[in-house]
Amino acid sequence: MTDVLTVPSARPQSQQSPPSPQNSPGETRIGTPPWSAADAARDNASLRRFLHGLPGVDQAGAESRAAGLATRSIKTTAKAWAITTSISMIDLTSLEGADTPARVRSLCARAMRPDLSRPDTPMVAAVCVYPDLVATAVDALRGSPVGVASVATAFPSGRASLATKLADVRDAVAAGANEIDMVIDRGAFLAGRYTEVFNEILAVKTECSPAHLKVILETGELGTLDHVRRASWLALLAGGDFIKTSTGKISPAATPPVALVMLQAAKNFAEMTGQARGVKLAGGIRTTKEAVRYLVMVNEVAGSTWLTPDLFRFGASSLLNDLLLQWHKLKTGAYDGPDYVAVD
Amino acid sequence: MTRQRISRGQAAAQTAGPAESGAPAAVPAGTDPFAYAPAPESRATARLRPSYQVFVDGRFRDGRGESIKSINPADEEPLAEVSEAGPADVEDAIAAARRAFEGPWSAMPAAQRGKYLFRIARYIQERARELAVLETLDNGKPIKESRDFDIPAAAAHFFYYAGWADKLGYAGLGPDPRPLGVAGQVIPWNFPLLMAAWKIAPALATGNTVVLKPAETTPLTALVLAEIMADADLPPGVVNILPGGPSIGEALVSHRGIDKIAFTGSTEVGKLIQRGAAGTSKRLTLELGGKAANIVFDDAPLDQAVEGIVTGIFFNQGQVCCAGSRLLVQESIADEVVSALQRRLTTLRLGDPLDKNTDVGAINSAAQLAKIRQLTESGETEGATRWSPPCRIPRRGYWFAPTIFTGVSQAHRIAREEIFGPVLSVLTFRTPAEAVEKANNTAYGLSAGIWTEKGSRILSVAAQLRAGVVWANTFNRFDPAAPFGGYKESGYGREGGRHGLEAYVDV
Repeated sequence: MTDVLTVPSARPQSQQSPPSPQNSPGETRIGTPPWSAADAARDNASLRRFLHGLPGVDQAGAESRAAGLATRSIKTTAKAWAITTSISMIDLTSLEGADTPARVRSLCARAMRPDLSRPDTPMVAAVCVYPDLVATAVDALRGSPVGVASVATAFPSGRASLATKLADVRDAVAAGANEIDMVIDRGAFLAGRYTEVFNEILAVKTECSPAHLKVILETGELGTLDHVRRASWLALLAGGDFIKTSTGKISPAATPPVALVMLQAAKNFAEMTGQARGVKLAGGIRTTKEAVRYLVMVNEVAGSTWLTPDLFRFGASSLLNDLLLQWHKLKTGAYDGPDYVAVD
Repeated sequence: MTRQRISRGQAAAQTAGPAESGAPAAVPAGTDPFAYAPAPESRATARLRPSYQVFVDGRFRDGRGESIKSINPADEEPLAEVSEAGPADVEDAIAAARRAFEGPWSAMPAAQRGKYLFRIARYIQERARELAVLETLDNGKPIKESRDFDIPAAAAHFFYYAGWADKLGYAGLGPDPRPLGVAGQVIPWNFPLLMAAWKIAPALATGNTVVLKPAETTPLTALVLAEIMADADLPPGVVNILPGGPSIGEALVSHRGIDKIAFTGSTEVGKLIQRGAAGTSKRLTLELGGKAANIVFDDAPLDQAVEGIVTGIFFNQGQVCCAGSRLLVQESIADEVVSALQRRLTTLRLGDPLDKNTDVGAINSAAQLAKIRQLTESGETEGATRWSPPCRIPRRGYWFAPTIFTGVSQAHRIAREEIFGPVLSVLTFRTPAEAVEKANNTAYGLSAGIWTEKGSRILSVAAQLRAGVVWANTFNRFDPAAPFGGYKESGYGREGGRHGLEAYVDV
């Protein structure tokens, strides 16, 4: 692709300068002026032109591609690799109104040592909690590489003023969260007020930096895969480090066709800009089988570069236990009962 | 070309000099962190027997032709001995079919015929795994295709036509359509069991009896189908199956004792059969070659179009008469589509057809492989640009890597002749009128594809295409309820759907 897209760098700490014609003298770009996110986001009409200019998504075609990928048969060594890798990609999540500090400490204990019988099991990528419990998690995870993610911006509905949302973010970051999972304003997106959504993401990004920003699209409320593609690009253009499917509070949450479209967006965005951004699938992923299928999809749609917790995550709570049970099955040939893994 | 991987560092290196620190470590080329372990389906499932016989008058018996070895195209190892039919067996089979037609099969109430068809469909489903593995061994196609397409579709055809058996009066073919008599059917090697189902199911539903000759390189599943017919207690002689070569096919279709010829295969042989049938009372349907255009407009859903192009030409190693072997892509998006297609092709897995993760299997025979090679060489000689993804070709067996030719013109052989292999010719167009003109500029007319998000364009282009099947935003999808057949040198007559009944009845 010859188009060059200059976007806000998602990770200031990486010091990667966006590609520009000036520092690549070997290439000629006659006829393709550098295109920047600032141009696209200049006003709502420009943003709309860009997002609606993306190729459409054929629902039936996307479903059949996703179903085709699901027939991959992952066995023995490949399965073992996939299980271990999946564990390392989990954002171990508890987002209940009934959460307590004790429950979060228990969650953190499992995050750091998922499998007591196998000390070399990797730790999960992060724990994900509400902002008021961030401090508890930070305390429990001190000294470990496990990240602390917090949902913010009036999660899960996102229906609050920008000031309130930013205060929510500030609060979580101040308490020590190094990853922020924000929700977009789906109302504004569906009404076509793209600049509003873009600016909100940008504001949250500025507020939470250097914490990583995951932008929740809540695809279950977007209705079509065309919307999913546009929302993905919007979030990536605005500087989100990750695009994330769902809050987990709306059904359907992560589905294979939605994951397919988002992975494709991340891939195309990387090709266009040279910046690889992450994808997080959340909501409803409970079994090893589903997790392995999604890894196959990551591998074949985005590419094996994305097979790292830096670029791919599962937001899940019960998935971890199923991965552990399947791991034991692989090693011993027999299933453990559910009482051999911690429920909480 | 090594497999393309884009990380922040690498992509930056392509456009903006050396990658800087801070980028995630790129996966070194050649090592795949998520290498899929082998997942082969068990060969024992096929219940291969050392020898197979002809099926005449409800019994298996040694044929009076030669005995040949059917081989596995994936490794050239012999699978089984097949006792082929001789001319005397053709006589016997046609006589048996005639007796059955004039005897029990005609006298039977239509609902009873339907019951037999339903039973055959169920038995196919019950033995689906066995049939899938056997089909893969004999044909070379990936197990995921025989398992997920060939066998289920074969069962679906029997189910579909079973339903028609006692409702023929409502098929729009007159109040009381009558069967023709004995049908002589000759089928190809690309979908051995499915083609047998396409031929046998409508013939039996309409009250005809059948003598079927499977292709010489792929007789095994048809002979298991014969076993299913016997297990289903089908009256002797209603279905006879004669494995054999071209001479048996010729003896069958030129025999005076048959009332109907149904042939699927090459246009060349189709013409000979049509010549032979001229002036006789035999009814004839031909399903022959194709050189389908898959037309991608600039407003197409591109990711799905790329999938459709892949399905269109690499499904069954391109050995499909309706394969989308000519990609007509709008010039404004041609580079983008070709590079997306190349990237997608690097994820195709070529190898052991029994492995459940194999996407591209073996070519069916040495002869077919030679033909593909010869035509692709002509493509290079004529100046088209050839590209294949890096893939390891097994040492033994008949293999051909997925291949794309760009810079192809309408005048090149690879744009005009049917290759019947995993070879795609890419041509470009600028306006819808040009696309239609190029798509129709072929001696064939079996199928075509249209990719656009614009509904009105789908309708207007589809109406102008001279092709029997036009797919919109999909390709190579089949349903027993949908008629299938060609225009021009792709043959005539329709198979499948209500239209498929017409070829087997007098109205």
